[in-house]
Amino acid sequence: MTGYRTPLGRARGLGSAKDGVGRFISERVTSVALLFLVIWGVRSALGLSRAGYAGAVHWLASPVNAALMVLLAVAGFLHMQVGMAVVVEDYIEKPSTKAVLLLINAFVCWAGLALTVVCLLKVALSGGGA
Amino acid sequence: MVELTLPKNSTVGKGRHHPAPAGTKTVKRFRIYRWNPEGTGNPVWDTYDVDADAMGPMVLDALIHIKNDIDATLTFRRSCREGVCGSCAMNIGGRNTLACTHGWEEVPGKEVVISPLPHLPVIKDLVPDMALFYAQYASIEPWLHTTTPEPEREWRQSEEDRAKLDGLYECILCACCTTSCPSYWWNGEKYLGPATLLQARRWLVDSRDEATGERLDALEDPFKLYRCHTIMNCAQVCPKGLNPAKAIGEIKAMLVERVV
Repeated sequence: MTGYRTPLGRARGLGSAKDGVGRFISERVTSVALLFLVIWGVRSALGLSRAGYAGAVHWLASPVNAALMVLLAVAGFLHMQVGMAVVVEDYIEKPSTKAVLLLINAFVCWAGLALTVVCLLKVALSGGGA
Repeated sequence: MVELTLPKNSTVGKGRHHPAPAGTKTVKRFRIYRWNPEGTGNPVWDTYDVDADAMGPMVLDALIHIKNDIDATLTFRRSCREGVCGSCAMNIGGRNTLACTHGWEEVPGKEVVISPLPHLPVIKDLVPDMALFYAQYASIEPWLHTTTPEPEREWRQSEEDRAKLDGLYECILCACCTTSCPSYWWNGEKYLGPATLLQARRWLVDSRDEATGERLDALEDPFKLYRCHTIMNCAQVCPKGLNPAKAIGEIKAMLVERVV
């Protein structure tokens, strides 16, 4: 129920956030990056399935492979965060629930990204040893 | 949270049946959403068996026939009867369109199901409350904004620049597109919707307008503009054959052009 507020007052709401184009661009940049990185990643994973553990460690020790794997993780998690945020904003109306879910989304994606990158670097730099 | 089912007071029940007069050769059945604000009950589906030879070819002809000859209480909006005013927009056979330009024989299935435009408050029967829709249109200030002193004669425009308004100015604000958009269903209070954004693009692309930057400022918002996910329902249902999704894409492209 919106009480006695005029329709124009409702339509104008809080006004424009003057924000959104940055996220729009990041959605597209990560999409294009993932198009190439995922194809490369799947192709590499298929090749590694026959290489065994030592072969995989050796493969990741290559700076090019390690860098591309880090980029794949960064682009993937950023894209996931932006995409999930859109889903939450679309379907969750209650401000408090929305804020909590957006916070969880950000924390999960950033934690996942940090963990993935550390693991990749650990294997790449130490050759897989403890 | 998005409501995926109707609340209890909106569940549509079974209504009255109006049989065809005896001796009718060809019967066409219409199932029409009915709700009276003066009553206390839920909305219902009334069915009307109509003599197909007694009415014209369009759904609006059928509605007028029903109102004149069968049930005078049936309420709906109509004016021009030729697809220009947009008054008779409603959901016919599961698709938003104009009753005056849609033939009842075009509707697949044995019966023609007619309900008001979706996700708008219903005032009565097939008449929805369009107040917010019109206010959203007003909020984009759909008139020429200029700072330069007005010329003695008209603001001039080349033929090429005038041609850029084609596909935009023809919108009749019937709201078929806006009320077919899932993003508008879920966030109608904050998302401007396809019809309003099509008109926003119409003023952004007008070579005579001097407020393009301010207009873009007002649109750059995660909800007002960016709730459009290019679902394309708007372009599918537009009875004038316009493409609001394309216009929205062009607004997004203008905002990117500003920063890169």
